Amino acid sequence: MALTTKVAPPATAARPRRRGRRPGAATDRAGSASRHRRGITRWIVLTLLVVTMLVTLFPFFMAAINAIKTVGDYTAHGPLALPRSFDLTAIKDFWRNVDYTNKLFNSILISGSVAVLGTAISLLNAYALGIGRIKARKALLVTLLLATTIPQEALIYPLYYLAKAVDLYDTRLVVIIISSVMSSAFGTYLLASVLSTFPPEILEAARIDGAGRWQVLRHVVVPVIRPTLAVLMTLFFIWTWNDFFLPLIMLVSNDNQTASVALGSLQGQYTSSPTSLAAASLLGILPAVVFFLIFQRTLTRGAVAGAVR
Amino acid sequence: MSTAPLSHAARKGYLRYLAPGALGFAVVVLVPFVMNIAISFTAWSGIGTPTFTGLDNYQRLIHDEMFWSAFAHSIWFIVAMAIVPTALALVLAAGLFDYLEPRFGPRVSSALRAGFYLPQVLPVAVAGIVWSWILTPYGALNGVLQKVGIADPPNWLGDTSWAMPSVMLVLVWMQLGYGLVIFMAGMARIDPQFHEAAELDGASWLTRFRHVTVPQMRPEIFVVLLTTTIAALKVFGPVFVLTKGGPGDATNVPSYYSYSNFFGNLQVGYGSAIATALTVVVIALTVVFIKIQSKAEGA
Repeated sequence: MALTTKVAPPATAARPRRRGRRPGAATDRAGSASRHRRGITRWIVLTLLVVTMLVTLFPFFMAAINAIKTVGDYTAHGPLALPRSFDLTAIKDFWRNVDYTNKLFNSILISGSVAVLGTAISLLNAYALGIGRIKARKALLVTLLLATTIPQEALIYPLYYLAKAVDLYDTRLVVIIISSVMSSAFGTYLLASVLSTFPPEILEAARIDGAGRWQVLRHVVVPVIRPTLAVLMTLFFIWTWNDFFLPLIMLVSNDNQTASVALGSLQGQYTSSPTSLAAASLLGILPAVVFFLIFQRTLTRGAVAGAVR
Repeated sequence: MSTAPLSHAARKGYLRYLAPGALGFAVVVLVPFVMNIAISFTAWSGIGTPTFTGLDNYQRLIHDEMFWSAFAHSIWFIVAMAIVPTALALVLAAGLFDYLEPRFGPRVSSALRAGFYLPQVLPVAVAGIVWSWILTPYGALNGVLQKVGIADPPNWLGDTSWAMPSVMLVLVWMQLGYGLVIFMAGMARIDPQFHEAAELDGASWLTRFRHVTVPQMRPEIFVVLLTTTIAALKVFGPVFVLTKGGPGDATNVPSYYSYSNFFGNLQVGYGSAIATALTVVVIALTVVFIKIQSKAEGA
């Protein structure tokens, strides 16, 4: 995102947040809590918000209960009724028909590689920009941020053409390369701002000890910013997992497709059988929910940091 | 700055660390970007040599009703992805953070937040099939409607007049959690004394929301509106998965329109012109947004 003028809104907006909740705030609130613990209004508000949340989660619930119904159960009692049977046929059929194991493998391979490669590129860029403070640093960061606003459609046809020209079309490798470079624009921006505040004494001490630039990066910088790198890798993994446009265009053959694309291009084929569509939904939802449960804090923090994307 | 000053030679040594990134950026972004603009001045089917046609594609663009309607649809997508979710998220965030949390503790509010955020982590393709399954003529929603006595419920995604509102509903659902998480993080930064002082003065929750929360949250509101508006202009996935721009062109948007020219009509030159026009709009909007923000901050 080109939030790059003197204002630098992401910095002003994101910096205080990254610090998290002020420690004092929790106790202040606890103190006022006793004051609040009466009245019926709060129960009404709570009920209202819980109901709203349940409405939000309703599609997930629908997918889950209908994925395990038999077709007969579905037609007899409709989508809203709780399942009277526990039947995995729809899920098994769907899994076999789209070879979901293979799709999951492709998604993991591509997303995992992008997480590593994208973070590595971001780190090298950020090392030169944030610590090396090379000339034209500002201009380079501005260019990177502007690049993230370019719609993918404005790049996709040349990418498609070039991929064909170098015989990389319909390979997982081309998706890995393109996604890594594209994610590294955001990663570079984030890491460069982290590294520009890296304690100079530490760097100085390492240099006096005779460490070269590469050694400083490996043995001084990386260990210190390891948590940030982990956040970045998680974000890249999930962004790539969820990405739809690039793999849709680059991966045409069944064997190379990702789970996202396989599910997204289902429509129509399965609409005749409501339970298999529910099964497909459920199989798409499950990995996302698993990631969410594991990485919830990283993801929500990432959304805040990613607001600059 | 914080880093010790480096000599010219020392700085130069860091340049090589930029090499992989710079090479990647050139091949993946810069060259394709320039190529796309160049292609937009040609007639090309994707095979053989493009024919230079000057501004023909852009002339066609100006008179193409489909193009303008696609851009008009973008406004609906901005409503559904930026304006409505931001407003709702702000109210919800304040409700969770200022009202529920002091009364029921942080566990309740963060559990609710997690529930609202869940649709955000769903791949767009998955959200798409979940909803198209719910909204299909014989799907879950119409099943419910028929049960409560509506004999002939609409074909939500297949009916020209219902498709856009249905897609918008799905987008609001998807986007709500994004603003919510950012606003709740932002609210943690507001000094609780503001609220306490207002409360002691007898200000109701609504008054505090208007006069404390919203003004304090201005930077967050700005960032959320900017990022979601740009996302709305670029939206592709939900359209592809839910309606493929249809029925007719009822939900067509610029990005989908350029995609269908590239890979459907094989009018690559024209598709490139659409993509270039979209890029110009997105970048112009970003610049305008930031100008407004810097004025607001300067004042």
